[in-house]
Amino acid sequence: MNISLVTDRTASNESARMASPLAIRGMTVSYGQNPAVFSVDVTVRAGAMTAIVGPNGAGKSTLLKATLQVIKPLAGTVSVFGKPLAQMRDRIAYVPQRASVDWDFPTRVIDVVLMGMYRQLGLLGRVRRHHHEAAMASLTRVGMADFATRQIGQLSGGQQQRVFLARALAQEADIYVLDEPFAGVDAATEKAIIAVLKELRDAGRTVLAVHHDLVTVPEYFDDVVLLNTQVVAAGPVAEVFTDANLQATYGGRLTTARIDPESVAG
Amino acid sequence: MMGVEFVALSLTPILIGVCVAVACALPGNFLLLRRQALIGDAISHVVLPGIVVAFLLTGVVATGSMLLGAAGAAVLSVIAIDLIRRLGRIEAGAAMGVVFTAMFAGGVLLLERSDTSSVHLDVEHALFGNLESLIWLDARGWSSLLDPAALSGLPVELPRMAVALVVVTAFLWLFWRPLALSTFDEGFARGLGMPTGPLGLALVVVSAIAAVAAFDAVGSIIVIAMFICPPAAARMMTNRLGHQMVWSAAFAAFSAIIGYVLAGYGPIWIGASASVSAAGMIATVSGVILGVAAVAGPHRAKAS
Repeated sequence: MNISLVTDRTASNESARMASPLAIRGMTVSYGQNPAVFSVDVTVRAGAMTAIVGPNGAGKSTLLKATLQVIKPLAGTVSVFGKPLAQMRDRIAYVPQRASVDWDFPTRVIDVVLMGMYRQLGLLGRVRRHHHEAAMASLTRVGMADFATRQIGQLSGGQQQRVFLARALAQEADIYVLDEPFAGVDAATEKAIIAVLKELRDAGRTVLAVHHDLVTVPEYFDDVVLLNTQVVAAGPVAEVFTDANLQATYGGRLTTARIDPESVAG
Repeated sequence: MMGVEFVALSLTPILIGVCVAVACALPGNFLLLRRQALIGDAISHVVLPGIVVAFLLTGVVATGSMLLGAAGAAVLSVIAIDLIRRLGRIEAGAAMGVVFTAMFAGGVLLLERSDTSSVHLDVEHALFGNLESLIWLDARGWSSLLDPAALSGLPVELPRMAVALVVVTAFLWLFWRPLALSTFDEGFARGLGMPTGPLGLALVVVSAIAAVAAFDAVGSIIVIAMFICPPAAARMMTNRLGHQMVWSAAFAAFSAIIGYVLAGYGPIWIGASASVSAAGMIATVSGVILGVAAVAGPHRAKAS
C-alpha cells in the first residue's frame, strides 16, 4: 500500500499543536493482540468541524474514546489548548454513541440533560432554577423542549440523539466530540443536529465527530481525518478528501458492497 | 400480639429483618440497573468460607473477625472473578457463577471438617440464619424501649444492622449523582473525568457490607432475595430512579414485616402446629410482590 502518512514533526507544527483545542499524539490502542489504533497524530483546527472517517473496524470510536480517556490507551498523549487533558475536562463535551446506553433506564429527558451540568452541580449541589432553565434552553436548541418530562425510553432514535446533544450543549464546552451522531437517525434530526453543530462552529467552538456517511462529508465538515488504524490523510476536506486517499483508506473496497465480519461499530 | 410478648419475641426480629431488607434492597437498585444483580448473590455465598476461616483462626464467633474474614473472602472472589473473566475470556456472569458456587462449596466443606458444634455456625444457619432467635429477653413491654437497662439487652444484630443501613444510605445519598450518571452512561461519566472504576467498586463494597452484616442474622436466602426482588418490582412501579429507590425500600420493609408475621402466625391461622422459617417466608413474600408487579405494575412494559 503506497500511502502518505501525515507526519507533523516540524517546529511550526509543534506550535500549531500547542494552540490546537485538541492535539493527539502517538495514540495507540490495542484490544488483545492487534492494535485497533496505531500511532495516531491528529491536530484539530480551532473553530472548525472535523470528521473522522474510515471503514468499519478502523478504530474511529476507539480513537475518540482513547483521546478522552474513556478507555485506556497503550500509549499516546492528548493536549487541550496546550495543556494536559486532566486539567481541561470541562472544556470538552462528549457525546457517546446512542446505542452505548440502556434507554430503558428509569429517568426523564430533563434529568439526562442535567447530567451535563455535573461538574457545576458537584456531589450534592441543588438543581436550582438557573440550572433547570439552562437545561431547558439546551433542549429548545435541539427542538426537544416539549419532551422534557418524558421517560427516555419513549423517544425515537433521532430524539434520543438530540437529547444526547442537548446534554453536551448544557456543558457549555469549547470542544464537542461526537461519536456517530447521525447513526440511525431520521432526516429531520440529521438536519437539526448539523444546524446546531454549525452554530457552534460559527460561535468559535470546535467540533470533532466520527462520521460514517462519505457523501455528506464535504457538505458538513471543514476538515477530515481519514483513518484506518493509522491516519491515512488529514487536513481540509478540499485537499484531503480525494479518491486516491479514500481508496487508500478503504483498501480499494469502497466501490463494492461488502460485509466485513470483523466490523464492530467504529 | 401487641403486648409484652410481642415486644420481647417479635419486635426485634422484625426490626432486624426490616433493616436487612432495606439495606440490601437500596444498593440492589443500582446493581440491577448495572446488570450486576448477581453480585449480591455472589457476595452472600462467598462470605461463608471467609467467616468459617475467621472462626477457625480465632476460635470464637465475633463480629469483628467475621466481618474481616468475610471481607477478605469477598475481595478474593472479586479478584478471582476478574482473573477468570480476563484469562478465560468468558462473560462476567459465568465467571461469577463459577467463583461463588466454588467458594460456597469450599465453605461448606470447611464447616463440615471443622469442629463448630460448640457454636452456632452450620450450613443451615448460613442459608436461613436465625432471625426467630434474635429475641429481646429483657423487654417487659413497650416501656422497655425507654429503659436503658433493658435496651442494653437488645440482640447485638439490631444495632449492627442499623449501622449497616446507615452506612448504605449515607453512601447512596452522598454519591447519588455520580452513581446515577455512571450507571446510565459510563462512557459519558468517564469523559467527565469521573473515576467510574473506583465508584463501581465502592458500590460493590457497600453492598458487601450490607450482605456480610446481614448474613449472620438472616442467612443468605433473604440477602439474595432482597438484592433483587424489591428493586426489580420497584422498577415496574415507576420510571424515575429516585422513586424506584423509595418503592424498593417500601417493598423490602413490607416483605420483612409481612413475611415474619406470616411465618410465625400463618401456620397457626390455618391450623398447622409449627411456624415456618421467617427467612424463607420473607424471601417468598418479596417474590410474590415481584410477581404481582410483573403482572400489574404500571411501568412493566419495556418502552418500545
